[in-house]
Amino acid sequence: MKISLGILCAGLLMQALSGPASATEAGQAVYQKWCSHCHDAGVNYPGTLALEARYKGAVPAALLERDNLTPEFVAYFVRNGISVMPFFRKTEISDDELQALGEYLANPTKE
Amino acid sequence: MQTPPGISQQDFAEALSRFTRVVGSQWVFTSEEDLHLYRDAYSPYWDEPEERVASAAVAPASTEEVQEIVRIANHYRIPLYPISTGKNLGYGGSAPNYSGSVVLDLKRMNRILEVNEKQAYCVVEPGVSYFDMYEHLQKNNIRLWIDVPDPGWGSMLGNAIDRGAGYTAAQFRNHFDAHCGMEVVLANGEVMRTGMGALPGSETWQMYKSGFGPWVDGIFSQSNFGIVTKMGFWLMPEPDAFLKGMVHLPRYKDLVPLVDTLTQLENNKIFTGYPDLNSPVLGTPSLAGLHDFLAHGPEQRDEEYMQLLQSGAPPEAYEAYGQRNNIPYWSCSFTFYGPEKVIRAQWEHVQESYRKAIGDAHFEEVEFYNLPLSEKEKEQVQYPAQFGIPNLRTFAIGARSIWNPTPPSDGHAWFSPVIPRDGEAILKINEVLGNAARELGIPMIFALNVPVPSWERSFIFIIPFMISRDKATNRKTREAFRKIVRIAADNGWGEYRTAPAFQDDVMDTYSFNEHALLRFHETVKDAVDPNGILSPGRYGIWPKHLRKEKG
Repeated sequence: MKISLGILCAGLLMQALSGPASATEAGQAVYQKWCSHCHDAGVNYPGTLALEARYKGAVPAALLERDNLTPEFVAYFVRNGISVMPFFRKTEISDDELQALGEYLANPTKE
Repeated sequence: MQTPPGISQQDFAEALSRFTRVVGSQWVFTSEEDLHLYRDAYSPYWDEPEERVASAAVAPASTEEVQEIVRIANHYRIPLYPISTGKNLGYGGSAPNYSGSVVLDLKRMNRILEVNEKQAYCVVEPGVSYFDMYEHLQKNNIRLWIDVPDPGWGSMLGNAIDRGAGYTAAQFRNHFDAHCGMEVVLANGEVMRTGMGALPGSETWQMYKSGFGPWVDGIFSQSNFGIVTKMGFWLMPEPDAFLKGMVHLPRYKDLVPLVDTLTQLENNKIFTGYPDLNSPVLGTPSLAGLHDFLAHGPEQRDEEYMQLLQSGAPPEAYEAYGQRNNIPYWSCSFTFYGPEKVIRAQWEHVQESYRKAIGDAHFEEVEFYNLPLSEKEKEQVQYPAQFGIPNLRTFAIGARSIWNPTPPSDGHAWFSPVIPRDGEAILKINEVLGNAARELGIPMIFALNVPVPSWERSFIFIIPFMISRDKATNRKTREAFRKIVRIAADNGWGEYRTAPAFQDDVMDTYSFNEHALLRFHETVKDAVDPNGILSPGRYGIWPKHLRKEKG
């Protein structure tokens, strides 16, 4: 157990050292971890289905395809939730991570 | 600042200051804005005085920090409510049972401590989610599977100690049964390890469950006797192949031999995967078809069918329609994991058994994959959780949709009693609870509700209750929920798990011999947590000073 724990710690250290190089990458990592499973494009994602029903094509249903998101708008929904989407605690998405996420989603060249 | 009941402002401030010295100020939360995030997003008491809310939250990063916090809480007699990832939505969230408790948020304890591919086990901390473990296994090319419940962001440890369920092979679907070894911080701050973990130098903590003497792991599930900080799990070696075959049956009454045969086959391990039961003619979706149903709505039917539906016809009335239109009354998918030659033989045996039991049964091979899946195949499979792939598709339940004009819900609470593995039992519970639901105004979508075969030997009969932000609606929902808990219990059907708002009600139904079981829980509680600081009220177990003595 000690050996494998050591290997994992070394892995985490390497991950930290090679971690997100830019704010965009940091925001993208938060999106991938916390948002993508509901909000990616396609029929398998309940957040996307709900936004498709809400906006009926007026804006794209997938968050990464939106060009009208602001960091404040993103922060509101992350911290307040809506319908079946719960809010997220700071142990899940810290304020810094939320800022990075907001900037990532607000940036139209986020691909 | 809200203080825990009975705790002075000064004592609470001192305790918080000492918590801060343990974890750092960044990880002690007391502001209104931060405490809002510790509410239960699906609370059936949202914004009502009875809503259970925290007075503070503290987030340690290690077992040692948990010990320190517990010692401080014990000194000041401050109630603590541990959460793992806090995502037990539908059965509670991150809010405490007892208002004013300090939430002990273990999300930062998110280390995967060990994965042993050869012995097929792992050891995790409470903050490790199914997504985390899946990613770790994939990145490191470890050919082990996890068994995931519906929402993949839940905690492996938390889901297991809440006794959750998944979708792969039977011996892994019961997440508590699949665990092996725990580390627990007790109410006095001491650390204990269970099973072989109690033997210093043991190399078999995750290889032999019960160790020596009484096997106490069970008392740390659905309880408040200790804080589980590490837990081992047996993982499923990735099989060579996956096969799913469907049996189709034409008649309403075929349910009885369908279930009898299924039970016989499962108890003999002819199949080990999740048996997926549904009624095509009634439109109940299979597990694999649930997401399609939620995304696109029910299948379009002709006028004759709509007349049956609108007339409130009993379930057996759909049989003739199904036979005329070549729609099975019942279908059941059987899933098999293993070498192709072996699982094809098992599927053949399942078909043979059904041919004998129900002469006009029809069969269909639905899915076959050699494993591991390619990236493309991962997107194509009917239900990713049957391959140990975590996802969040379940959140389409109650969400806004293009086909359902009903306003979206604000969450749900699951009513989920355990019933026998028997076709007659399914028909009976439908009759009893179907009638009750109609009287209580609970919307039942289908003419008959098909239970979930999560575990061997029993079924779970699940009805979702939608939660709202409207107080009057929630009041009605709570009343109906409590009534149906009682009606079910009067018929011998008890819930396997429930949200904090209803835990006292459900525990009250487990009343054999004047609540001997609850009284035993209370005896244990008083012995292991004499100050009653750990999760007061969780699963109906209250410490002595908060107990309402029964008449």
